[in-house]
Amino acid sequence: MRDETITGETVPVPESGYNFAYLDEGAKRMIRRAILKAVAVPGYQVPFASREMPMPYGWGTGGIQVTASILKPEDTLKVIDQGSDDTTNAVSIRRFFAKTAGVATTEKTEEANIIQTRHRIPEKPLSEDQIIVLQVPIPEPLRWLEPREVETRRMHALSDYGVMHVKLYEDISRHGRITTNYDYPVMVNGRHIMAPSPTPKFDNPKMGNMPALQLFGAGREKRIYAIPPHTEVKSLDFEDHPFSIQAWDEPCALCGAEEVFMDEVILDDQGGSMFVCSDSDFCQRRRDAGHKGPAVEGDDT
Amino acid sequence: MSELLRVENLTKSYGRQRGCTDVSFELWPGEVLAIVGESGSGKTTLLNCCAGRLAPTGGSVVYETRHKGLIDIHGMSEPERRFLMRTDWAFVHQNPRDGLRMNVSAGANVGERLMAVGARNYGNIRNAALDWLSRTEVDPDRIDDLPTTFSGGMQQRLQIARNLVSGPRLVFMDEPTGGLDVSVQARLLDMLRDLVDRLGLSAVVVTHDLAVARMLSTRLMVMQQGRVVETGLTDRVLDDPQHAYTQLLVSSVLQP
Ligand SMILES: Nc1ncnc2c1ncn2[C@@H]1O[C@H](COP(=O)(O)OP(=O)(O)OP(=O)(O)O)[C@@H](O)[C@H]1O
Ligand SMILES: [Mg+2]
Repeated sequence: MRDETITGETVPVPESGYNFAYLDEGAKRMIRRAILKAVAVPGYQVPFASREMPMPYGWGTGGIQVTASILKPEDTLKVIDQGSDDTTNAVSIRRFFAKTAGVATTEKTEEANIIQTRHRIPEKPLSEDQIIVLQVPIPEPLRWLEPREVETRRMHALSDYGVMHVKLYEDISRHGRITTNYDYPVMVNGRHIMAPSPTPKFDNPKMGNMPALQLFGAGREKRIYAIPPHTEVKSLDFEDHPFSIQAWDEPCALCGAEEVFMDEVILDDQGGSMFVCSDSDFCQRRRDAGHKGPAVEGDDT
Repeated sequence: MSELLRVENLTKSYGRQRGCTDVSFELWPGEVLAIVGESGSGKTTLLNCCAGRLAPTGGSVVYETRHKGLIDIHGMSEPERRFLMRTDWAFVHQNPRDGLRMNVSAGANVGERLMAVGARNYGNIRNAALDWLSRTEVDPDRIDDLPTTFSGGMQQRLQIARNLVSGPRLVFMDEPTGGLDVSVQARLLDMLRDLVDRLGLSAVVVTHDLAVARMLSTRLMVMQQGRVVETGLTDRVLDDPQHAYTQLLVSSVLQP
């Protein structure tokens, strides 16, 4: 087979010896049934028989199994990790599907109809033609206070969610404000509390009323859950400590974007650093279109 | 005025083991009923069945709800029962660890019931917690401390604060002073009696300590081997016990 090119636009044929997208058809059917159930009950964690994948759990085996089960030969896949298409994790998952399914891959958000991600939802709004698959390490938002699975299931069944605000209360009493920045709990469709795990709370508002289908897969914990298109997603908070997202004082050093999620990049060992878009595709496209941030201002090369 | 709680022919067996057998009683608003009896006589079993924490094998527990009148609590749906248990009712465990969240602060422990029923104003929740800590004689400065750093007596008072914050009408207590030193016990009893009086609470208190029963309760029920053998006004039963077992119980306390 041919390898993917740097731009990821070459379409390789699947390597023989694999079933399409690695998983056998029986496993895919079982996972699709779990996905349908998850879509029918937004935010509800559906147990599924997670399969062994040829990579360790921390690598997003839950998301990979979900992607494998919904993938079609004509799909175009984008994979991101921490907002970036070129981290080791993203590259290996993209290669994995290019190799086992022969699907086209891309880094461009709008070109992909399936996006698998850890941490981030792309800055560019997603459309009804797209599905985003999130890799989840810890699917149970009640776990921190209630170690017993039987009891957490019961709490979900009865909407018995008082403890979620106990956690936020503790945050405020200790730090004067809600300090939870990642995996910030949400109420989905007014019924189920869900862990966006491990996305930054910056992306929580994107989850609400998103036109795209959002699927969440947890491999080690064997759970799948979903937010169907155009579903209400509300971040928990208090009246006098309302939910708010992270904000940065300066625009992206490279593309000048504001109101995006940023990473701090260390420049030297003197403590110099700059803030740049965490969504690498978004940043690159802005730069291609001529936008400049403070770090490259006046630089006309 | 009607009774707050009506228990009829309540029986609970654990397989072939008898927990309690054919117990009936009524509890009127503002009344404190003590249940006494030796270890294994079925006090905790009866209390748990009355408080909706354990499903009985037979009989019924009917509660006068604020809005819907008399309802059999074991016929309610689980969410309804849970709601009742954290609003109208309170349950104080002998061991505070069973009734507290040990890994969150005292304030969060007290505020939890309010949040569970929809309180969403942090400032108000915190003020209610401060108020209830001081009403239960826990130093309000300790509001952000974990219960693990509290003494046994303080933990028990915190458990009481956590229960009373929602303004319950009916409090179930299982040996509330059980694991405490004698001097700490006395102070807690004083506080409990004062709160019950002032708030006009109704209560069912399980104890094997007749002094506790004498101090807190208006009426007394004596249990032996799962059955009620004698019941009446507390002072009457303790001063003039009729049943041989009650006589034995009273005399064993009087003659150390
Ligand atoms: N979960 C259980 N399974 C089986 N038997 C039980 C269970 N709980 C209680 N019992 C039995 O039921 C009877 C009544 O027990 P219960 O705990 O109600 O007594 P008690 O009066 O509260 O005793 P104590 O004063 O020691 O707390 C005892 O014989 C006890 O062994
Ligand atoms: Mg007992």
